Amino acid sequence: MARTMKMKIKKKDNGIAEVLCLVNHPMETGLRKDKKTKELIPAHHIQKMLFDVNGKNAADVSLAGSISKNPLIGVHVKANSGDTIKVSWSDNKGESGSAEKKVP
Amino acid sequence: MQRRTFLKSSLASSALLMAAGAGLLKPTRVLAADWNKDAFGAKDVASAVKAVFGTSDATDSDKIKLKAPALAENGAVVPIKVSSTLADVNKMAIVIEKNGTPLAAVVDIASGEPFFSARVKMGKTSPIIAYVMSGGKLYKTSQEVKVTVGGCGG
Repeated sequence: MARTMKMKIKKKDNGIAEVLCLVNHPMETGLRKDKKTKELIPAHHIQKMLFDVNGKNAADVSLAGSISKNPLIGVHVKANSGDTIKVSWSDNKGESGSAEKKVP
Repeated sequence: MQRRTFLKSSLASSALLMAAGAGLLKPTRVLAADWNKDAFGAKDVASAVKAVFGTSDATDSDKIKLKAPALAENGAVVPIKVSSTLADVNKMAIVIEKNGTPLAAVVDIASGEPFFSARVKMGKTSPIIAYVMSGGKLYKTSQEVKVTVGGCGG
């Protein structure tokens, strides 16, 4: 299933860029029960999110199911105008996705 | 006839097995090395922190800023923001003390500033603790967030 991703980059002072990344994802903890069948809903959440600047890893985020659904993750990385920032994620069911954008 | 069906079924099942093996092994191999299963599966704060940083001794520091609402009406979406002015930060972790599995996120920083923002789920009123590893030492700061409607399970 294709999941939509949105990225936003804000330039800060002294070569730092704030990257905000939104992924459309259910983030199931595996502890919730289906109201009708009373069965546990299997866990399905993003485990890894990698932030690369010009192909070099800048930040590496591990997430648990206790992050809200449709997670909006923000980090600060070292990047200048024109640099390409790539965000890629993968979840516990083997789904993955990525998006990239240039620093304004 | 019997031999034919036997052949057919054994062929089909072996093909299935191979597909399952290839499909299942790949993601686990990639993720097992990356995602800290012990830490995220830990049921209490001390063992989760130990699994991430190798130690659970942390000193309180006012150089870590944790921004979270004092009162969260909906526990399913609690916005948090962590930043720090400590030098040489290479790792940060967010822990929600009274969640079933307290560890919410771990951030490894290669080049950038210590900053992390996200929205987390909280089962009930609990302190949120931010851990920051700086120059080989572990620091923490915490803030209590009151939750009126829980966001974990139902």
